[in-house]
Amino acid sequence: MRLPSRSRLATAGLVGLAALIPLTVVVIFFVVPVVGMVGRGFFPDGELDVAGVADALLRPRVAHVVWFTLWSSSLATALTVLLGVPTAFVLYRLRFPGQALLRGLVTVPFVLPTVVVGVAFRTLLAGTGPLAFLGWDGTPAAIVAALVFFNLAVVVRTVGAHWEGLDRRREEAAAALGASPAQVLRTVTLPALVPAVVSAGTVVFLFCATAFGVVLTLGGVEYATVETEIYLLTTQFLDLQGAAALCVLQIVFVVVLLGLTRRVGQGSASVQRTSTAVRRTPAGRDVPALLVSALVVVAVAAPLVSLVVRSLRVDGSWSLEHYRALDGTTGVLSVPVTQALENSLRVAVDATLLAVVLGGTVAVLVTRRLRTPVARRAAATFDAVFMLPLGVSAVTVGFGLLVALDTPPLDFRGSPWLVPVAQALVAMPLVVRLLVPALRSVDERQREAAASLGAGTLRVLRTVDLPHARRALLAATGFAFAVSLGEFGATSFLSRPETVTLPVAVYQLVSRPGEDNFGAALAASVVLGLVTAAVVVLVERVRGGSLGGLS
Amino acid sequence: MTASSVGNALEVRDLRVRFGALAAVDDVSFALRPGDVFAVLGPSGCGKSTLLRAVAGLEHIDRGRVAFDGQDLAAVPTHRRGFALMFQDGQLFPHLSVADNVGYSLRLRRVPRAERAARVAELLDLVGLPGQQGREPATLSGGESQRVALARALAVRPRLLLLDEPLSALDRDLRERLAGDLHDILRTESTTALLVTHDHDEAFAVADRMAVMRDGRFVQTGSLEEVWRAPADAETARFLGYAAVLGPEAAARLLSVAGLSGSAGALAVRRSALRVDPEGAVTAAVLTARVSTELTRLTVEVEHPEGVGVLDAVAPLGVPVSAGERVRLRLDPARTATLPG
Repeated sequence: MRLPSRSRLATAGLVGLAALIPLTVVVIFFVVPVVGMVGRGFFPDGELDVAGVADALLRPRVAHVVWFTLWSSSLATALTVLLGVPTAFVLYRLRFPGQALLRGLVTVPFVLPTVVVGVAFRTLLAGTGPLAFLGWDGTPAAIVAALVFFNLAVVVRTVGAHWEGLDRRREEAAAALGASPAQVLRTVTLPALVPAVVSAGTVVFLFCATAFGVVLTLGGVEYATVETEIYLLTTQFLDLQGAAALCVLQIVFVVVLLGLTRRVGQGSASVQRTSTAVRRTPAGRDVPALLVSALVVVAVAAPLVSLVVRSLRVDGSWSLEHYRALDGTTGVLSVPVTQALENSLRVAVDATLLAVVLGGTVAVLVTRRLRTPVARRAAATFDAVFMLPLGVSAVTVGFGLLVALDTPPLDFRGSPWLVPVAQALVAMPLVVRLLVPALRSVDERQREAAASLGAGTLRVLRTVDLPHARRALLAATGFAFAVSLGEFGATSFLSRPETVTLPVAVYQLVSRPGEDNFGAALAASVVLGLVTAAVVVLVERVRGGSLGGLS
Repeated sequence: MTASSVGNALEVRDLRVRFGALAAVDDVSFALRPGDVFAVLGPSGCGKSTLLRAVAGLEHIDRGRVAFDGQDLAAVPTHRRGFALMFQDGQLFPHLSVADNVGYSLRLRRVPRAERAARVAELLDLVGLPGQQGREPATLSGGESQRVALARALAVRPRLLLLDEPLSALDRDLRERLAGDLHDILRTESTTALLVTHDHDEAFAVADRMAVMRDGRFVQTGSLEEVWRAPADAETARFLGYAAVLGPEAAARLLSVAGLSGSAGALAVRRSALRVDPEGAVTAAVLTARVSTELTRLTVEVEHPEGVGVLDAVAPLGVPVSAGERVRLRLDPARTATLPG
């Protein structure tokens, strides 16, 4: 019998340790809080009270909230897909000057903090806004429009990347067989895009159904989704039972939805890059798609322009007054907005570091080739565990962290690490999803060749995987930073008056009456948006490529 | 319409397709009569696929014309040309069953369901896949995919079938079998076809006439026999599978020791042109001997005062030959070709 060599044992130890660290973090800072939060609802006085939870679910307001969540998310998803698919065609299959700029513009909303999106739509729709005549302010229409605005990038990028990679010869074969361009689109191209559309649509639906900042800033109390309702129940009404019931409902819903996508998405894995995938110049028959894209570009630009313009207007004239006031204290915040920006940046650096280290470890572990089916299943489960924060309400996590981690040995109340850790958990699934495809694309034989030449596990990582994944790593870092900068759901529970982050500050400013507060919120939103956009642009520049699909 | 176009199906005249400064296809002219199966043979990057795509209407033509039945096709989009295109890797529609793939063009033409089903069944019989209507493309082997792709291309009896390396992705045995089938199927359906390939075996197995293409131009056009017997130049000869091309002097020496007369030109020699034979007129020293599945492959130095150079030769498997021996060889003139110049 051959004994395992020392180096093999060392490798196994390394893998175990590497798996343990992210697992511990997720258990302590995600599983425990969520279970704790849900537990508090089910065990209000230390005894199981299922009837109480069931009662909570049967309240008429719950049905109202669930119904609103479902129809607003469905409508927003449908509109996003309808507008996004033609735009993906125009931006990824045609070729015209200024295209790169437009691709960037369409991506901006996705990385903008939700609170900024909310404020931007208010400047467009409310009071003296240029679209106030629509009467959408404070109506579901505003919420749906903002959700579409926010999520277009997901559809355009995912479907666009897929469309760009489609083998054009399949369409040519159909054309040669007598299919007109419209018939080719209907019978060959669209069916081939279905997996990408379904996958993007599910992600969009998920984002819409769990949207928090946008709904809270635009919907108020009247139009609540499950996510904002959890927030209201816990913070305003201290109704933990009702909140727990909604949390469980949301988790079940998300898990089911993710399970369904996994099934549909399986066929979409193979995007073949071919040399024949050339983009062409627009022709007459592209006019409908071009019109839709133009509409999308205008719709994306309008709230952004409106936000910037309004932030520069004081009493009907141009002024930088709102920006000058940012370093002073107001009645609403206990620190100047500039201090909040500094807090945000500091927290974002820590959170990014954490998210990249943990997410990177997870991505490396789940992309190793495993020899036994048991190990493969374990890896798949491991992978799924780290996707959970994507689907579980950030509000639940934030509130859970607050209520569950207050007893030794897990007493983290007041710890300055709580906010970065929570943000890292929100960003980590994105890091994993961006890194995994890059690492999967490495031919296993390259690792084997390196190993046969004498490279140990870590050196293989450094010399084979890292060069391949460098761009993806950079993108993941930038994304994690942007997500952390804009994170609102969990942070709103955890940040304290003196360590308030910029998105929380913006929300506090807009939710108070007063022209000055609103003006400060506008200026702060512009600053936050600019910082976030700058990070993303920088990353795109260094990377020199598109961010690719997200899911 | 010029007089020469009468009776031609496809007519390509002075065709040029450019990608930027590079002319991928330059000054190419040829014509196909109804029922012709014409192969364009050339190395990868020679422009043959671009030529095929230009005929299909998938590439912009810079100069020249493509006509069918005397009608200029410049203004006719791909889908109105009545052609069909078959790619190296089939490009079956993955979301449609085998039957729906084959019946795709029939459905576009609103052929009634029953008629469509009958034609699909007939085509699947023709390509040797009877009863496979319900299968999904993902479950087909490479050879089956190509058979389905062929059936799909033939479904509406295209005026012209365009084949882009239809067999190149298959392994050797399958390729030979399918090449024979393809040859027979094209005749059964009396299909006019244009085939491009880099594999001379594929061209010879399927086509009646061929052109050799290099750097965007046709260097030789003719019947299989004509091209085979008299390659236009040394490079063409090597591309057609001739193992060596001897200069005029070396060629004359080899022919003289072999006791054959020949014209004073370069000589292309196939590997099997020199064969070990006790009665043979050529004597040579064996440099290397390597056993393969059907023959022993040799390299030999032919004995001649001024030297002929190292050549390939073969010996039947039963005859033991090893390096260092002297052997007698017979030169088979049918396996050589005289080149002009």
